[in-house]
Amino acid sequence: MGAKADQTNSLSIALTGSGGAGVITAGNMLLEAAAKAGCYGLFARSSGPQIRGGEAAAMVRLANEPVVAPGDVFDILIAIDWHNIDRFAVELPLSTVSLVIADPSQGAVPEVIAARGARIAELPLRDLAKTVAKGRPNMIALGAVAGLIGLPGEVADDVMARTLKKRGDEALAASRDAFALGVEAAGAMSFDGPDLWTRAATRERWIINGNEAAGLGAVRGGVRFVAAYPITPATDLLEWMALNLQRLGGALVQAEDELASINMIIGASYGGTPALTATSGPGLALMSESLGLAVAAEVPVVVVDVMRGGPSTGIPTKSEQSDLNIALFGLHGDAPHLVLAPTSISDCVFTTQWAVSLAETLQSPAIVLSDQLLGQTRAIVDRPADIAFVSQRVTAEAATVEDFRRYGLAAGGISAMAIPGSPGRQYTADGLEHDESGLPSSRAGDHVSQLDKRAAKLDGFDYGNHWAEIEGDGRLAVVAWGSSTGAVREALARLGSRGHEFRLVSPRLLSPPPPARWAEALEGVERALVVELNHSAQFYRYLKGYCDPPCPVDVYHRPGPLPLRAGELVAEIEKWSRS
Amino acid sequence: MTNRITIESVVDLLAHAKAMETEALERYLDLAEQMEVHHNPEVAALFRKMARVEGLHVEKILEKAGDKTLPHIPPWEYQWLESESAEAITVEDAHYLMTPHHALTLALRAERRAFDFYSRVVATAAPGEVLELARELMEEEGEHVGLIEQWLAKVPEPDEDWAEDPDPPLLQE
Amino acid sequence: MTSSPAPMPGLTARDYKSEVKPVWCPGCGDYSVLLAITKALAELKLPPEKVSVISGIGCSSRMPAYMNSYGFHGVHGRAVALATGLKLSRPDLTVLVTGGDGDGFSIGGNHFLHACRRNVDLTYIVMDNRVYGMTKGQPSPTTEPDWDSALSPGGTGLRPFNPLVIALASGANFIARGFSGDSNGTARLIVEAIKTPGFSFVEILSPCITFRQDQRGWKKIVRPAPVDPTEDIGRAARRLMTDDGFNLGILYVGGREPYRLQLEGGEREPAELESQFVV
Repeated sequence: MGAKADQTNSLSIALTGSGGAGVITAGNMLLEAAAKAGCYGLFARSSGPQIRGGEAAAMVRLANEPVVAPGDVFDILIAIDWHNIDRFAVELPLSTVSLVIADPSQGAVPEVIAARGARIAELPLRDLAKTVAKGRPNMIALGAVAGLIGLPGEVADDVMARTLKKRGDEALAASRDAFALGVEAAGAMSFDGPDLWTRAATRERWIINGNEAAGLGAVRGGVRFVAAYPITPATDLLEWMALNLQRLGGALVQAEDELASINMIIGASYGGTPALTATSGPGLALMSESLGLAVAAEVPVVVVDVMRGGPSTGIPTKSEQSDLNIALFGLHGDAPHLVLAPTSISDCVFTTQWAVSLAETLQSPAIVLSDQLLGQTRAIVDRPADIAFVSQRVTAEAATVEDFRRYGLAAGGISAMAIPGSPGRQYTADGLEHDESGLPSSRAGDHVSQLDKRAAKLDGFDYGNHWAEIEGDGRLAVVAWGSSTGAVREALARLGSRGHEFRLVSPRLLSPPPPARWAEALEGVERALVVELNHSAQFYRYLKGYCDPPCPVDVYHRPGPLPLRAGELVAEIEKWSRS
Repeated sequence: MTNRITIESVVDLLAHAKAMETEALERYLDLAEQMEVHHNPEVAALFRKMARVEGLHVEKILEKAGDKTLPHIPPWEYQWLESESAEAITVEDAHYLMTPHHALTLALRAERRAFDFYSRVVATAAPGEVLELARELMEEEGEHVGLIEQWLAKVPEPDEDWAEDPDPPLLQE
Repeated sequence: MTSSPAPMPGLTARDYKSEVKPVWCPGCGDYSVLLAITKALAELKLPPEKVSVISGIGCSSRMPAYMNSYGFHGVHGRAVALATGLKLSRPDLTVLVTGGDGDGFSIGGNHFLHACRRNVDLTYIVMDNRVYGMTKGQPSPTTEPDWDSALSPGGTGLRPFNPLVIALASGANFIARGFSGDSNGTARLIVEAIKTPGFSFVEILSPCITFRQDQRGWKKIVRPAPVDPTEDIGRAARRLMTDDGFNLGILYVGGREPYRLQLEGGEREPAELESQFVV
């Protein structure tokens, strides 16, 4: 194994180019070929704001173990062109051991790249492509990368054949020839990376992004109705649902706005069909009033918020964990509800499925805080486990309930919900405060008892060990949530290999806050550090204010759009642990 | 809604009579309830009394119908002289501060409409069972009109400022 | 007259009313709309548990609680959207939406447009009194421009919204106007609206006797439209050009297929979706 830019046994590769250069296709093919060859990995993309023709970067990280976060620096950067490189150079960290491959026809390597001190190799991608009929520079680049990292040729060929099947034999032949030219050119370059191919994984692995994973979790949980309004970066979740719900006898409706989509799913759920919508910050803000309706009327619904940079339109294509406050506190009145966060891309399956189960069981809205990083990064992961949650909605069938009171003060706060069509159980669900039967009431007693009921059903529920992922038992703990968990997990692993033991606590259940669980999770811990990707340390403040942590808590936080990286966190955690 | 009445069978006429009395009864109950909700117990009690009277009329009609099967008539196909059921008070004429005088005036108007309805049937029916029954029902309504006129004479006329409320309406949702 | 023997001892209008006593002012037109709806449901012999009445916020939006059907009294302006979700996922139910002019045309205006366009099989009953009653008398989108109020002294000066024109232009499949004072005629409109597949819009002039005492005069102004319903959208549009807002009856019945979801035929299990991810 040679010198590695980030000193891990992984490889980080970036392909950049704009305007039809095809770097995203090449990145996808690299990920798929690596998966076939037994690797784990991640594939994230960065794009300019243009609909077509914008500058783009395909960022791939490969390893023999599951990859949970982007690498610290790129081992290889191959640029088909340098258009607008200033805009996203900061997303492409390089070091002196990185190899930058540049096409001399695209001009000198820009200063913003050259200044990093990386080795620079020239490869005339465009000129080489011209030597092949219908040859494209991206396939030369892909061949070059394959040659440098030793990607087995047969898997690359196989992936090319599948990817280009639709384009016809001529296109496939052109790509094969271009790929071969790239491999050949790589032979003249020196690159010393880890061998990822002799320890191929044999377990069943999936290629999935967090948006697809959330969709799968939703349908596993029973969701059969989705209403939604397109919004980046949640749209691909919706598109996955639109196609796949059809196969399950469900359907997606495109609503006129988010006010409609949340109300449509409330209507569908009231009618007995588990229902979900997905959105991002601006959409969640629009849904807030009606989420309060779902709380008051006790209608289960799930909202997946694929967070992006905010506030306002913010940075739609980039990640940030800054919708926590609105998810926790955005509803008017005292409106207890569920807020959950998946701890990784593959955990989007579990957490979303669990969210559906909890929402249905507790007759409550549940907000799942995914983000752009989880949602739109494609990962090679071990097949997520099958989980069957047994709990489900308590309904009032005609034969089973005497003296039906929809909002009756049953033990535990969960009262039977009649589904339209059940004879003799007619009631009116109401956003007005109501009495046990559902009739509008402004009486002090009804208000208190219904508030108590709605809080008790959430507070008193046994969420079990799913509430958090807790790893290690050091006397110092690092608390991460959502997409931050990956980078923290890798940072703690690196620190662990140097003999520094830390405890990781990553809560899936953010609200209702379980102080007793936090006390358990942090038992014996002297100090804890919260790590999160937002400007105002939202989870840190929430943890201190609502979860009664039994030890002093500090925070490392910064806003997006740059993802947290393990190397950055190793440094921060070390500094904190010595402070 | 039509001015030409073509009721040609006893069951048709009984169906009209039953619908008329039932709807009158139900409207009085609705109005009594409205007055109770709006804390006008005096008029509420009066409407309840009227409802009891109409209840007796319903029973009487059912008695007359015996085991005859009455036809089903959609609400909009009854041949009332106006769009609404002849004897039912129009709820739009209610007011939360209305006085017994107002209530009886409305009741009188309703009874007169019922009387007019049967009169029209009497005027248009050919000699026979329908005519006989219509005349009988007309005479009964005529008695009710007379009765309510007597009641009305006994209650004081409303003051000029009967509808004045020193408090503003409530701001709701 | 068409009359047919009642096939079975059916439900009467009163059976569709709940025990809950309305908070509406005595004299309010909404009482008669409640009566008309219950008469229509009795006429259609719909089991109460198979009917859902969905509403937003406002005086007329209190309707669901007064009925012995399933109901949902949601947030302001979103009733049509909520009903859309219910009907699309439960096509077996008869779903009515009830509300007022402020709820439906102001805060809920966008949903009104798209409900007409989407043409889901719903019946939307708007009790139009040209005023916000629950908040004590502010102008709504259908209020006359010179109507004076504390919030808009001297009037809004704005041209009123014409709900029937908007409904027609946006694609509603059934358009009618009724008057609360004619509960029997209105019951007929509602029966036809429910029976007609697709999105049926019924505007019911329903006077507010508290804030718009002038509307007590409506009963003298309204009249049955002198023409029969048309299936011709162009003809309907021309009629609306000369309509003064007081013609009653069915204006337009189209033949558009309602929007439905394909809920049958997808019999696969979630586990069968997993193959798309396997390396």
